[in-house]
Amino acid sequence: MSIAAFAFYLFAFAAIASGLMVVASRNPVHSVLFLISAFISAAGLFVLMGAEYLAMLLVVVYVGAVAVLFLFVVMMLDVDFVEMKQGFLQYLPYGLVMAGVIVVELIMVVGVWAFPSDAELARAHPSPTAAQTVADPNGPTNIEALGLILYTDYVHYFQIAGMVLLVAMIGAIILTFRTREGIKKQDPAKQVGRKREEGYELVDIKPGQGLS
Amino acid sequence: MEEIWTNLVTRPTDLGWGWWLASTAAGALAILVTLLLAQAFLMYFDRKVWAAVQMRKGPNVVGPFGLLQSFADLLKFVFKEILIPAGANKVVFILAPVITFVLALVGWAVIPVGPGLVGADINVGILYLFAISSLGVYGVIMGGWASNSKYPFLGSLRSAAQMVSYEVSIGFVIISVILVSSSLNLSDIVNSQARGGGGFWNWNFIPLLPMFFLFFISALAETNRPPFDLPEAESELVAGYQVEYSSTLFLLFMIGELANIVLMCAMMTVLFFGGWHSPIPWEPLMWGPMPVLWFMLKVVFFFFLFAMVKAIVPRYRYDQLMRIGWKIFLPVSLIWVVLVAGLLILFPGAADYLQSWRS
Repeated sequence: MSIAAFAFYLFAFAAIASGLMVVASRNPVHSVLFLISAFISAAGLFVLMGAEYLAMLLVVVYVGAVAVLFLFVVMMLDVDFVEMKQGFLQYLPYGLVMAGVIVVELIMVVGVWAFPSDAELARAHPSPTAAQTVADPNGPTNIEALGLILYTDYVHYFQIAGMVLLVAMIGAIILTFRTREGIKKQDPAKQVGRKREEGYELVDIKPGQGLS
Repeated sequence: MEEIWTNLVTRPTDLGWGWWLASTAAGALAILVTLLLAQAFLMYFDRKVWAAVQMRKGPNVVGPFGLLQSFADLLKFVFKEILIPAGANKVVFILAPVITFVLALVGWAVIPVGPGLVGADINVGILYLFAISSLGVYGVIMGGWASNSKYPFLGSLRSAAQMVSYEVSIGFVIISVILVSSSLNLSDIVNSQARGGGGFWNWNFIPLLPMFFLFFISALAETNRPPFDLPEAESELVAGYQVEYSSTLFLLFMIGELANIVLMCAMMTVLFFGGWHSPIPWEPLMWGPMPVLWFMLKVVFFFFLFAMVKAIVPRYRYDQLMRIGWKIFLPVSLIWVVLVAGLLILFPGAADYLQSWRS
């Protein structure tokens, strides 16, 4: 077994095992930690496929930012586990039905899925795929290849996705932003721009008189 | 990375992969031992600088001039008892400092200390560094949460929010460097700064001067150094997420933090100060092992700056820290990225010069 195969099995098993543990572990914080482990394993699989740029982006965006937020939220939650388990049996039939439907759907999809061979793939996509980049060190790098596709063929989708994200961001800010009246607030510009004369007053006190 | 994986995938190595594994492991060990040894003395250097600013003597008892102080501290930590609080989540509690320590060290895998002297010369080296530094938050959060105590938990939330905030501006600074150098490979970024024959006037810190300052300050915040050391402000905030840690586990946190600082110094060297290139393009200055010496010299210089900042700048208040991160650094770095990209398009001649290293 070559190292690549060994690494593949390592990452694949780690991803599946952590995925299972996300669902199975009783402590939600542990769930999120296993989720992070699953993300990192997926990044390892990306590297094995030669998509190193995507792998790094996965780690930066999902592990470095999104999962941190998850962890924050989950840690702040005051979850009552006893109460949570009480509803378990009650909702079990619905859950089983849903799971059954999804399994049947997946079987139907995968059953008719015809995987194209490498030659067919190459004919369908004249632009270099990630696998070819690994094979050919002189070809465009990952990020160049991505840019060549993303900013030409898919530029509109790219921009629409950007706009959707922008709208989502503005929406989130508007939903949570509230101006509160009557709170003490500091204005750094004002503080820095404060003149010496505004802050103090020199009083010439004659000896023995004091301030009235 | 590509190189490693092509080696792995297409050529199960000419000498068998056991040999490859052994040589890689030996290389990694060499980097680690050098790094940890260097850190022991950098810690001493840090304390000496700090002492000198305050007109104290600093560590001067253990060994000549107190040179062995760090090793004495190390032994002291190791021989103490590891205390784990009763309500702590044991696995996560022990995992947290290990994660901090390991993440601070694995970043060095891609740092080029000399021409060709790099653990893994991967194509996305700078993204790898960014990813590793963004993972550093987990050691802090996990440590604070697993302690099962209110002070460490609050401390860890504070610290994590700080690290996440400053990562954003670091990301934009890195993007502007990539735009100027037009490569994500760290060796390429270093070599790009030898454009036009080399010399310090060709280093990235001149076209990107504001970004360099931004990066320096963000690095201070990212590594929880003063003036942004709110996570562990001993005097007023009860040492943050490390309250419950003792002995070796605490030591791991400490070494990890120091390793992160040195890594940030190395990043500044590589991104803005020409890596292993000498400031004056003169052949004898680049002879033999001189490039590595230049690299080390620059890293130590930045470490000195870190130490000086620690010694002379008063601590920031937490809300001021967040304000600077989100309301000043983020917009400024964003505008600079747009500006750099626009200027590169507006002046094709300058862009050609900046990218002339490729030929």
